[in-house]
Amino acid sequence: MTDLSAPHQPASDVRASYLAQIQRRRLYSGITLLVFVLLMVSGFNTAAARNGGGFWDGIGNFFDYPSELVLEAVSKIDQLPGHFLTYLPALIETVNIAAVATLIGALFAVILSLLATRGLAKYPRLIGVIRRFMDILRAVPDIVIALVLIFILGGGPVPAMIAIALHTVGALGKLFSEVNENADLKPIEGLSSVGANWSQRMLLGVVPQVAPNWLSYALLRFEINIRASAILGFVGAGGLGYELRNAISWGQGRYDEAAAMFLLLFITIVIVDQLSGHYRERLTHGASAKGAVA
Amino acid sequence: MLKVDGLNKLFGRNKAVDDLTLEVDRPQFVGIIGRSGAGKSTFLRMVNRLTDASSGTLTFEGRDILALSGGEKRAWQSDCAMIFQQFNLVPRMDVVSNVLHGTLNERSTLATMFNIYPQADIYRAIDILERLGIAENAAKRAEALSGGQQQRVAIARALMQDPKMILADEPIASLDPMNAQIVMDALRRIHEEDGRMIIANLHTLDTARRYCDRIIGMRDGRKVFDGTAEQLTLGVARDIYGADASFTEEATSTDMATLKKEYA
Repeated sequence: MTDLSAPHQPASDVRASYLAQIQRRRLYSGITLLVFVLLMVSGFNTAAARNGGGFWDGIGNFFDYPSELVLEAVSKIDQLPGHFLTYLPALIETVNIAAVATLIGALFAVILSLLATRGLAKYPRLIGVIRRFMDILRAVPDIVIALVLIFILGGGPVPAMIAIALHTVGALGKLFSEVNENADLKPIEGLSSVGANWSQRMLLGVVPQVAPNWLSYALLRFEINIRASAILGFVGAGGLGYELRNAISWGQGRYDEAAAMFLLLFITIVIVDQLSGHYRERLTHGASAKGAVA
Repeated sequence: MLKVDGLNKLFGRNKAVDDLTLEVDRPQFVGIIGRSGAGKSTFLRMVNRLTDASSGTLTFEGRDILALSGGEKRAWQSDCAMIFQQFNLVPRMDVVSNVLHGTLNERSTLATMFNIYPQADIYRAIDILERLGIAENAAKRAEALSGGQQQRVAIARALMQDPKMILADEPIASLDPMNAQIVMDALRRIHEEDGRMIIANLHTLDTARRYCDRIIGMRDGRKVFDGTAEQLTLGVARDIYGADASFTEEATSTDMATLKKEYA
């Protein structure tokens, strides 16, 4: 047998060499741990020294603002349902901005991701260019794009929508192309062999394989975009964020409204999460399989 | 020792194991045969508590195995080693670490995180690898080894657990005939030298005949045969595999004719 013909090392040698290897490895991980701890401590001290107020002095006041907010909201809890109704239109606007931005962003991300995946791309030379383009879209904060667009187009939901959509193209394009890389190339080869063109190959060979994962990432992005769209309201893009900025400023006595808006946002995110979980399950395992388990 | 009474496992409306009753009163080498889907794997997984049973009882040395939970369940799993068809090693860790995983039940999470094991355990792991003839590969990553070598690492991990019984779920189904021979020889030797109980699911009749003291035949979740290799006639085998008169024992064999002559 193979092992008997191989040169036989006595067990003591194996022991010694393995122990030496273990000790070397322990030394390396010890040094790594030490460097990590030192970096953390020195980094913390640097940050604390540069901090205007000082970390240790300020930490005690950490809960002052949230507790004030919560106390005031609790004292006016009877008005909460009314606030929910008042701010529902603003919430719908915020969710709408996020939904349109996610949809448009995802459509462009699909095209760019297919063009930026090795082995699938129509123009392999452009892969680098498209990837860098998506990097730029991701790198520029959506709030900066929104501020510029608000300056050009005036305040309102459209600049926010464009800003979030641009960021979504970059973020989803990257994630989609990573999904595409794991796609099985055999069906695509099969379609090539019958003379299908590039878009036909992508449409029939790649999309059915990767669509569930794409959708899963797109739904996750939708959640993130709801939050982003709320934040863009702070800079005048409308929706819940605008109302929240007005209510949340210190000393106006409108914390109950702010709390209502936080709750609305939270409930929305939970609903989107539950819905997307449900649909992802159906896409990956099929509607019939889920019925059988239940 | 091991006593199974009226054991059932339902997957939806499908009965994977159907009213299984058997007793192993001494450390035997038991082979379970049957075609795929007969419930062999599900039975072993229930013994190891990887899968929960739907109903029935399973006791080992008088202890109710199916009622164990939490730490007690993990302690039982440590007493009852399992070997898988696809080896189920951690591919990116070295061979000795994989073998040392057999002692995880006694280790804390913190010690595991920093990969700290007592030197005595490391020596014992290397001794077990030596016994199985793969000590030269001690420092290699598990993924760098061939299938037969990986399966022997898995056996070494099982031995490291110092288990009361070893369950082997299709241990040779993804190996070539030569490596299958080496792995089965190793299991048989462990059974004879250590006197450990071994229950192995096997695809092929000839392997079961050659290595097992006792053969249990399963079909559609039911036990349809329980006896020695001599009692397993061609008619019984046809019944286990649900085959007609054209069935011969060679049909289930993955053995090469040359090997058969050499080792018969």
